[in-house]
Amino acid sequence: MGTYLLKRLLGAIPLLLGVATLIFFVLNLAPGDPTARFYSPAASPEVIEQLRRTYGLDQPIIVRYLAWLRAFVTGDFGSSLAQGRPVIDIILDALPNTILLTGTSLVLVFLLGVAIGAYQAVRQHRWADRVLSVVGLFFYSMPSFWLGLMLMLLFAYQAYQWNWPIALPPTGMTSIDYDFLSPAGKILDRIRHMILPVTTLTLVLAAGIARYTRGQMLEVIRQDYIRTARAKGLPERTVILKHALRNSLIPVITLLGLYLPFLFSGTVFVGTIFAWPGMGREIVNAIAQRDYPLVMATTFLFALLVVLGSLIADVLYAVADPRIRYD
Amino acid sequence: MDDAAPRSIASDPESAGSTPVPVREEERGAIAAERPPAPVPRRAVLLSAVLPGAGHVAIGAWARGLLVLLGWGLLLALAYLTRGRLAAVRRTSTLDDDVAAATLLGLLVLLWAWALYDLLVARRRVHVRDSQWRIAARHFRRNRTALAGLGVIVVLYLAALLAPLIAPHDPIAIGDLVRTGFLPPSREYWLGTDRFGRDVLSRILYGARISLSIGFVATAISVTVGLLLGAVAGYVGGRVDALLMRFTDMVLAFPRLILLILVVALFEPSLGVIIVVLGLTQWPGTTRIVRGEVLSLREREFIQAAHALGMRRTRIILRHLVPNVLAPVIVAATLGVGNTIVLEAGLSFLGLGVPEPTPSWGKMVAEGSEVLFGAWWLATFPGLAIVVTVLAFNLVGDGLRDALDPRLRS
Repeated sequence: MGTYLLKRLLGAIPLLLGVATLIFFVLNLAPGDPTARFYSPAASPEVIEQLRRTYGLDQPIIVRYLAWLRAFVTGDFGSSLAQGRPVIDIILDALPNTILLTGTSLVLVFLLGVAIGAYQAVRQHRWADRVLSVVGLFFYSMPSFWLGLMLMLLFAYQAYQWNWPIALPPTGMTSIDYDFLSPAGKILDRIRHMILPVTTLTLVLAAGIARYTRGQMLEVIRQDYIRTARAKGLPERTVILKHALRNSLIPVITLLGLYLPFLFSGTVFVGTIFAWPGMGREIVNAIAQRDYPLVMATTFLFALLVVLGSLIADVLYAVADPRIRYD
Repeated sequence: MDDAAPRSIASDPESAGSTPVPVREEERGAIAAERPPAPVPRRAVLLSAVLPGAGHVAIGAWARGLLVLLGWGLLLALAYLTRGRLAAVRRTSTLDDDVAAATLLGLLVLLWAWALYDLLVARRRVHVRDSQWRIAARHFRRNRTALAGLGVIVVLYLAALLAPLIAPHDPIAIGDLVRTGFLPPSREYWLGTDRFGRDVLSRILYGARISLSIGFVATAISVTVGLLLGAVAGYVGGRVDALLMRFTDMVLAFPRLILLILVVALFEPSLGVIIVVLGLTQWPGTTRIVRGEVLSLREREFIQAAHALGMRRTRIILRHLVPNVLAPVIVAATLGVGNTIVLEAGLSFLGLGVPEPTPSWGKMVAEGSEVLFGAWWLATFPGLAIVVTVLAFNLVGDGLRDALDPRLRS
């Protein structure tokens, strides 16, 4: 296990290096000048030249690449062009919010998806299965940004209009009066702000997991060892939960790892719609402002999280299935 | 003839005098279809030549006949109702209008020709062998939800092509802002109007072109790339395989939306750029599927035989490997179209889609989100259009998977 982990970690290094290189060249070969934001169109060529020299843009691309790579590897991500502060500070501000959001969603996606999928498999062809299948496919086909807007419309606007008992705040992480709330009130306030973004991220992906879990369960239930388990008189509960579900979960874990990019993509929309101050919003703003250092760092971080996530998924895979040995 | 006769008797269990083999319902249907049907009466053919579908009804093929009649009637009604616009096509002749008029005419001719063909030729043809594709088609036809999905897709494509004829208002022209801006859904504007007094329904109809064509073309690109890379990686193996799969992993590790935003934001977003970028970021999934299939096919006898015959690698890959991995690729592609449509809508939503003033669903949702609490219909209906389209593609994809995979046929 230890050697496998080491091998995978070492294997991730060229992968991440490739990703970083890809980002660098896409950014630097694209038309447009990141310094354009600093001067008016009427600026003299000398001024522009001076600015380009300040940011090192007059160097050939290979030189810039090597210099950037050296700094990047040593953890020096430079300063944001648009915000004028170190990129690392911006990331350290935004990352915890993103982790909170995606982490909560990931756990919910797994629990909800597996529970629904397993329930459907047990009730195959009954009306509950059919209804859940249709509802699931409906959510599965939904763009997350639209789902977010609709949830916002319903629970942050109509709920107030029609005096529903549950009315949720539409945007942000905390209310205006957050600092004056009691500790318990603070936690409650944060949770209330999280419900809509988390639901948006969760529903679409949970529908996918449920579909997959259902298919896996149906395949496992047909196996001989399930018949054996039933034949030797185990209660149905045990057969389903211990024998069928556990074996169906193994590929689901891999799928969960593959869903990570979607989850991070989702934060881009959630950041935009619910004004969630996380990485997603930083990335969109950074790209729009051609804030190259920030774009490179944030995109790379997303790729890093995806690679780490799939690595964790592989490790969990081994934990869930003792038959898999990595040597 | 002499040679063939004894063999056919020996292979027929009933004439060999053995106990009759119980025939299952579906097999009975297949056997019945093998018998040449009675020739279609001349009267029915003549009837069909005048009114497509009437011939089918006359000989008792009710479902087909009524369906064709209905389609024909609807198209004629549409042509009649839009006769003013159709007449204008000859004068104005923009590409949109020409496409719509040609589609309408083409559909009328096609329906007419198909009805006659079905009566005269298809009904007389005897299918001796079931091909893999024909079996799959039969299974697919039995799947009602998948058929519904297919129906929705056909309607959507028709609506997109016929948009200039069926759209009740101009999708782009800015109306009287004070009188027609932000109107809620009403009889005049079924789905309301936007900030500029433009009809939401008309814009959705025109927007269908963007979503559907992007979904289609981008998927075609990604399937081609994925198929070739996967086949090469699986077949050649060794260092080429390792290199290609590392590259695939790299693209997979990259959050696709971020890459798309990056590329589209940095280059000028145009329809072409968006299609190519969407297509070129979607292939890794297909590549993995194809590679896995090819790895197992490579060891099979017919590939070995092709080798022994001295065929070139390109020929083996293109003629023998690719057709055999097509089934899972078709499923992945169908599901991929839905995926691509969602992604394109997402890009448009972030303001990185096709440039103004072309309507696109994602952009409409984005515009609506700015006035979400004041004019709910603006974000709701275009989004609903996305959901319905993607749902339809997913239903068809599921149906194809069930039909094409022998293990899933129940």
